[in-house]
Amino acid sequence: MEAAASGGCGSGPPLLLSEGEQQCYSELFARCAGAAGGGPGSGPPEAARAAPGASTAASGPVADLFRASQLPAETLHQITELCGAKRVGYFGPTQFYVALKLIAAAQSGLPVRIESIKCELPLPRFMMSKTDAEIRFGNMAELHGTKVQIPYLITEKNTFKRMDDEDKQETQSPTMSPLASPPSSPPHYQRVPLSHGYSKLRKSTEQMHPAPYEARQPLVQPEGPSLGGPGAKPLRHQASLIRSFSVERELQDNNSSYPDEPWRITEEQREYYVNQFRSLQPDPSSFISGSVAKNFFTKSKLSIPELSYIWELSDADCDGALSLPEFCAAFHLIVARKNGYPLPEGLPPTLQPEYLQAAFPKPKWECALFDSYSESVPANQQPRDLNRMEKLSIKDMADFPVPTQDVTGDDKQALKSATDEALPKDMSEDSATPKDSNSLKARPRSRSYSSTSIEEAMKRGEDPPTPPPRPQKTHSRASSLDLNKVFQPSVPASKSGLLPPPPALPPRPCPSQSEQASEAELHPQLNRAPSQAAESSPAKKDIPYSQPPSKPIRRKFRPENQATESQEPTTAVGGPASVATVKPHPTVQKQSSKQKKAIQTAIRKNKEANAVLARLNSELQQQLKEVHQERIALENQLEQLRPVTVL
Amino acid sequence: MGWILVTSATVILFLQNYPLYIRSVPTENELKFHYMVHTSLDVVDEKISAMGKALVDQRELYLGLLYPTEDYKVYGYVTNSKVKFVMVVDSSNTALRDNEIRSMFRKLHNSYTDVMCNPFYNPGDRIQSRAFDGMVTSMMIQVC
Repeated sequence: MEAAASGGCGSGPPLLLSEGEQQCYSELFARCAGAAGGGPGSGPPEAARAAPGASTAASGPVADLFRASQLPAETLHQITELCGAKRVGYFGPTQFYVALKLIAAAQSGLPVRIESIKCELPLPRFMMSKTDAEIRFGNMAELHGTKVQIPYLITEKNTFKRMDDEDKQETQSPTMSPLASPPSSPPHYQRVPLSHGYSKLRKSTEQMHPAPYEARQPLVQPEGPSLGGPGAKPLRHQASLIRSFSVERELQDNNSSYPDEPWRITEEQREYYVNQFRSLQPDPSSFISGSVAKNFFTKSKLSIPELSYIWELSDADCDGALSLPEFCAAFHLIVARKNGYPLPEGLPPTLQPEYLQAAFPKPKWECALFDSYSESVPANQQPRDLNRMEKLSIKDMADFPVPTQDVTGDDKQALKSATDEALPKDMSEDSATPKDSNSLKARPRSRSYSSTSIEEAMKRGEDPPTPPPRPQKTHSRASSLDLNKVFQPSVPASKSGLLPPPPALPPRPCPSQSEQASEAELHPQLNRAPSQAAESSPAKKDIPYSQPPSKPIRRKFRPENQATESQEPTTAVGGPASVATVKPHPTVQKQSSKQKKAIQTAIRKNKEANAVLARLNSELQQQLKEVHQERIALENQLEQLRPVTVL
Repeated sequence: MGWILVTSATVILFLQNYPLYIRSVPTENELKFHYMVHTSLDVVDEKISAMGKALVDQRELYLGLLYPTEDYKVYGYVTNSKVKFVMVVDSSNTALRDNEIRSMFRKLHNSYTDVMCNPFYNPGDRIQSRAFDGMVTSMMIQVC
């Protein structure tokens, strides 16, 4: 039947779509259009969907959909141009259908040309269906009468597990040319039995898995080619992100069918961002200066132009500083970018400062947050998509808290097993996400000390886990200095003294200077030692040093988090601790004991510092030796290369 | 000393006499525009120095018509941080009045300060801000 798409601009070739194609394409289009909002789509208002308006597919979901087709980026670009979207600037029905046809053509191995779409083609496949998409589509149409939830719909965790028959069916008809995204080897449960999963989804939740997320779903590689490649990582991120979002959605009211999921900040993320904000700026109503924010965001390892663009998007009032909603928006954009989402053309409505302020009017600054957070943390652990992180080199994540969310319990177990060793912390909750610095950082309370341990773990990566935190050597004699107690997260009283990093505190080693790594290490060491109930100080010091200044940046971030806090605590602890100990003592000896304790504390600290410095020294000596050797080798080479006549 | 050259459309923004931002609407003959801009840089310097060092505050940012050629008019504007904006417009564009040129420079200046507010922007880098680009595009569309 003639697709309506042939109308419209009329510049495209007349499309002949079969029944199945027509249905499928219109479905896809509706989904993409419904998900509009984040993209610049705008077009003749046909009210395909109510709220998002515009009957054009937003470029965001569309781009994701296209990526889900697993075609190379160049092909996708070609398709986009051919279908006319570039020309008109948006994806109207015509362009969309043409694009889908072209995708199908490309997947069938035909060149991307307008002529290709004139012939009969199978339906384009997205993300998964490597097999017979038509069958699948057909089935789905039958299964779900009205709305075929996009085959590439993401799979909820529960759906993941379901490898049902259909999934097996889609074996491998690799007519398509899988490529682009590395078909990582998602674990089985990640294979998306689309139709099946879909049915389950529909039954279980309303979620609409926004196209973008679905597009991000881990690839299903029925063939099992190179499963589990590096691509698994981003996919997992996506998966977790998606899952978390979808779960969130489940709880929330799904007013708009396809809101800007990628750009919507969930509660957990919000809390995380807020905590990060607090780590940089204790006053939630004031601003983070540009340089502070720059240092912070630079740790995300995104390129400077991208960071610059993100800043441009998020600093709505262009004042060179980030307020809390602006910060959340920026952070969210960074997270999204790290997870592979393209940056939007404009700030999505869900990230506008007004929206953010309205949506989350009351950041729970009070301690209750932390307390409650502890309970929610375990739940959140899983939500963070860390199980995927296991593949992801911890190192990548370790240096920047990019929260990915994953809500499924299955992930939990995977996470647990995977991350167990790396997690030496005292976290009461499952140690699932120790590797994920994000999750660590997301736990505000633990930030003061458990996070440090987590970071340590992350830094170490494969190093054997340190024994669970506690009883530090430092505590052996100081009755007063019970740092464990002092740093209990539930200590609101001390919180004031501990947590708010004094803004005046000189910024910890600048992230950009690796030479300061030693300094960074030193301070974190010092800071961590007292604050860290996790390990004995010496062990602690050893650990970071096992990763010599080659990882200064990672350290820098942590120091920023902890150093500022910890430093305060160390000093503050010394004070109150000594004071506390004084009490039991007879008043007569008050002074002397107080001083003694203070001296002992100082001695301890100095010893730790010495040990740290000694380690550092030895490491540097080693490096110096190596450099010398290199130099000698080079000189030898030079000698040999000298022309003989020079003699 | 930054440079912005805007022709009917070329915009070049220079810092310390090397370009920070260049944009031309008619993309041919760009070289000619660049040449004109470079020569007009001297005029700008002259105007600045003519003001005297004590008058930095009082010096107007808008320098006005630097020199007219038969085909083009060149306008200049300098900020307090010695960033020069140079705009070259077509002489046939008689509709452009002085006020409009001033307002265009003001918009450029505002956008430039927005760019500077971005902590990721290092002074001296080429300007790659999309907002800035958008603003310049809209300006040039309006002019042409």
